[in-house]
Amino acid sequence: MALLSVKDLHVSYGAIKAVQGISFDIEQGEIVTLIGANGAGKSTTLNTIAGIVKPDSGSIEFKGESLVGVKAHKIVEKGLALCPEGRRVFSQMTVAENLQMGGYTRTDSENAETLQVVYERFPRLKERMNQTAGTLSGGEQQMLAMGRALMSKPELLMLDEPSMGLAPILVQEIFDIIEELNKQGTTILLVEQNASMALSIANRGYVLEVGHISKTGTGQDLLHDDDVRKAYLGG
Amino acid sequence: MTFLTQLLNGLQLGSIYALVALGYTMVYGIILLLNFAHGDIIMVGAYISWIVMAKLGMSPALAVVLSVAGCTLLGVLIDKVAYAPLRNAPRLSILITAIGVSYFLENGAQLVFGADAKVVPAFISTSTIKVGGVSLSLNAIITIIVTAVCTVVLQLLVQKTKLGKAMRAVSEDMGAARLMGINVNTTISFTFALGSALAGIGAVLYSMAYSQATPTMGIMLGTKAFVAAVLGGIGSIPGAVIGGLLVGFAEVFVSALGLSVWKDAVVFLLLIIVLVVKPTGILGRTMNEKV
Ligand SMILES: Nc1ncnc2c1ncn2[C@@H]1O[C@H](COP(=O)(O)OP(=O)(O)OP(=O)(O)O)[C@@H](O)[C@H]1O
Ligand SMILES: [Mg+2]
Repeated sequence: MALLSVKDLHVSYGAIKAVQGISFDIEQGEIVTLIGANGAGKSTTLNTIAGIVKPDSGSIEFKGESLVGVKAHKIVEKGLALCPEGRRVFSQMTVAENLQMGGYTRTDSENAETLQVVYERFPRLKERMNQTAGTLSGGEQQMLAMGRALMSKPELLMLDEPSMGLAPILVQEIFDIIEELNKQGTTILLVEQNASMALSIANRGYVLEVGHISKTGTGQDLLHDDDVRKAYLGG
Repeated sequence: MTFLTQLLNGLQLGSIYALVALGYTMVYGIILLLNFAHGDIIMVGAYISWIVMAKLGMSPALAVVLSVAGCTLLGVLIDKVAYAPLRNAPRLSILITAIGVSYFLENGAQLVFGADAKVVPAFISTSTIKVGGVSLSLNAIITIIVTAVCTVVLQLLVQKTKLGKAMRAVSEDMGAARLMGINVNTTISFTFALGSALAGIGAVLYSMAYSQATPTMGIMLGTKAFVAAVLGGIGSIPGAVIGGLLVGFAEVFVSALGLSVWKDAVVFLLLIIVLVVKPTGILGRTMNEKV
């Protein structure tokens, strides 16, 4: 059974049909990426799975349980975390407080343990634990956003454009971290503009075009697919 | 009537404004709503004290407990019934709703209790204490101490506890807060409960000072406290206290100069001056755009 299974999902904002019948699966332990142009509906898909946008129709099942109609804060408890587009750290709160919010649904003793793991993974966050998040650099904020999502101990971590606005060396670092997290057992659903990087670490990918899935295949297949190269990889 | 007495009067009045301003500021901080019904919650609290002591002849202690509990429940109820259904509506709709709730409470009170003032019995029997030969108003001293304690407790709660941090998270970014697993509705209810509990305490302290309840008593009190919150920087807890004290002092000193007919005007003049010099208020941060 797939860890996450999305079937014929339709989502709209008023008259705008953002997602028009997409279906995809993620198996335990995979890295799956959704790629697509601006406005294709990638963020909408992730936000709908996370419960902050309501779908018009279709099904979303996580570990065999339907998530449609489940409140966002309950979805986090089930082991599904979204690290949102644009990071959205709490800029007036400290790094430590941001991480504490990430572990809101977990017990204090669990959080104490997870916090050590997160600080080990992101030593820079530990150095800056008492700094307000708004004063962090873009790269540090991205690490904080990821660390914060990890605090809920997700089985499935959804990342919405984690490399956005980062220098190439930091992009590499973020992708390395994603691969490591995956090796340690976290399943990843990755949305990226940086399609070549995303496809190169992904087991499988889906190409989203104005609300539809136009292509799917392994990361390597898509990386070498002519249409995908033309549309998303600059040649 | 010494300088000390005036100082104490200013602190007493300012403390009451501060307590009420805290409620405005907390609700504004979390859902960007100017809760116009906040002053009327205090009015209801004063009537509860009157009922418990004057009508039922029960103890002042019980009046305090029931007034605070009643205001807390009323605040949460108003949010659930009137504001929560409009969470995603334009801000103007919810603002107009708040004005509606305010009128509802004022006219409801007039219907139930009549328009004339009810005399709230004294909460304490001794009215002054002597400190080094000077007699000071015990009411004033109690008011000041209670306000100081409330402010410190509130500040600790917001800064240090998990729920307080959740309040700050929700006020910064409601969507991101939900992604953390924070129940936004519960957090907002809690904020209303806290702000309204402070209003209940304010109602008791106000009744101690002025001994009467009228259906419209919340209007001017609420407006002054709102001015205090804006003066201090709306959304800021220390700002609400500073603003409240400033407004209280301004009123008392203008009155002491024999210009008491001008005291309300001076408060609003103060507001205009501060907003011209610093539009976000004394401790206000520049507002970051909400998404
Ligand atoms: N809150 C909203 N209200 C109205 N329309 C929206 C909203 N959010 C997204 N849309 C629209 O839905 C469509 C899909 O948007 P979405 O954000 O899902 O795209 P995306 O694939 O994540 O794009 P990007 O790569 O630019 O982040 C777009 O046409 C967008 O304008
Ligand atoms: Mg997007």
